Amino acid sequence: MGEMLSIFARSIFVENMIFAYYLGMCSYLAVSKNVKTALGLGVAVTFILVCTLPINYMLENYVLKEGALTWLGPQYAEVNLSFLSLIIFIAIIASFVQLVEMIVEKYAPALYSSLGIFLPLIAVNCAILGGSLFMQQKAFLNVGEATVYGLGSGIGWLLAIIGMAAIREKLAYSEIPKPLKGLGMAFIITGLMGIGFMCFSGLKI
Amino acid sequence: MGLLSNKNKAILVDPLSKNNPVIVQMLGVCSALAVTSKLEPSIVMAISVTAVVAFANVIISLLRNTIPNRIRIIVQLVVVAALVTIVSEVLKAFAYDVNKQLSVFVGLIITNCILMGRLEAFALGNGPWESFLDGVGNGLGYGLILIIIGFFRELLGSGTLLGIQVIPQIFYDLGYVNNGLMILPPMALIVVAVIIWVHRSRNKELQED
Repeated sequence: MGEMLSIFARSIFVENMIFAYYLGMCSYLAVSKNVKTALGLGVAVTFILVCTLPINYMLENYVLKEGALTWLGPQYAEVNLSFLSLIIFIAIIASFVQLVEMIVEKYAPALYSSLGIFLPLIAVNCAILGGSLFMQQKAFLNVGEATVYGLGSGIGWLLAIIGMAAIREKLAYSEIPKPLKGLGMAFIITGLMGIGFMCFSGLKI
Repeated sequence: MGLLSNKNKAILVDPLSKNNPVIVQMLGVCSALAVTSKLEPSIVMAISVTAVVAFANVIISLLRNTIPNRIRIIVQLVVVAALVTIVSEVLKAFAYDVNKQLSVFVGLIITNCILMGRLEAFALGNGPWESFLDGVGNGLGYGLILIIIGFFRELLGSGTLLGIQVIPQIFYDLGYVNNGLMILPPMALIVVAVIIWVHRSRNKELQED
């Protein structure tokens, strides 16, 4: 339990997807113009992370890793399919996004139209594939830890995009040198927020 | 019409500055920031991305009339994932140390927005040769930014370039100190912001209102 709490807190604050690894920057910069859509996208990303990480964890440990197929019989102990992991992970993510898209379209049409193109684009959000790849690298002990990691990194991403959107809404009223307006300023703010988040890096839980 | 007519030349050269993928189209930002704390991984990443974009563009452009519209994103992802798998196996075999430094970011080329962006915007509507040039151009434009960021971050952060000491010892004796902040992630964002600032002051038509 303590281990899970530590993974949860670390993935939100210390290993924040945006401020420590810059994953999912494209949609982060494009959708952070107002808080409401930012919130919708953040929740969708969190949901997909929580769903795909356990599935990919199971696939990694029971199908892809070296020796993972031993449950089929001892003759498979030598099989190593890890070179397939990129294709399998992205296929799982893409089909899950498709599924979520269909569900949202059917049951929450208002949210569907407000997210627009960015819902299908979650499939190519680096934060999601990044989550799966980091999961592979960190070698978690069980499915629970992988799920908690997914939830934590999703919430970290959500916090970052909401903070950014809130700052950008206020920024509309300030005077910024012309060439820096828009994209340039967004980068500087993210950088400053990142420096702020670095103070969590000594955190030991 | 030669292989490099004026139009094709524009396809190749435009992404280097006026239509740069990172600082103008806002594509592929994630990896541009994450791998650039040193010059060497930046160069390797630039080459890998250029190769993947160029060939993915060619393949999708050849298939463009046979792919059903509804499932095109999945087809694109599979083509890109296959190419990235090849690149990542090649890097593991011939450049293991750099591959270790790049860690998950080689795999993340799949979700690099430059790929999807160029496939959607260009390869689906143009022939293979133009698509190839477009891929190379965008790859180089991306690489150019990566190399500029990597150059300044390594020079100011560690005083080295490609691992070789370039700031002479006498500077350190006189009290010069490496700026450790440049190595840390947030400074990459600020370096990009400075590049955007310089670029947009020179190209006034790109400024936002």
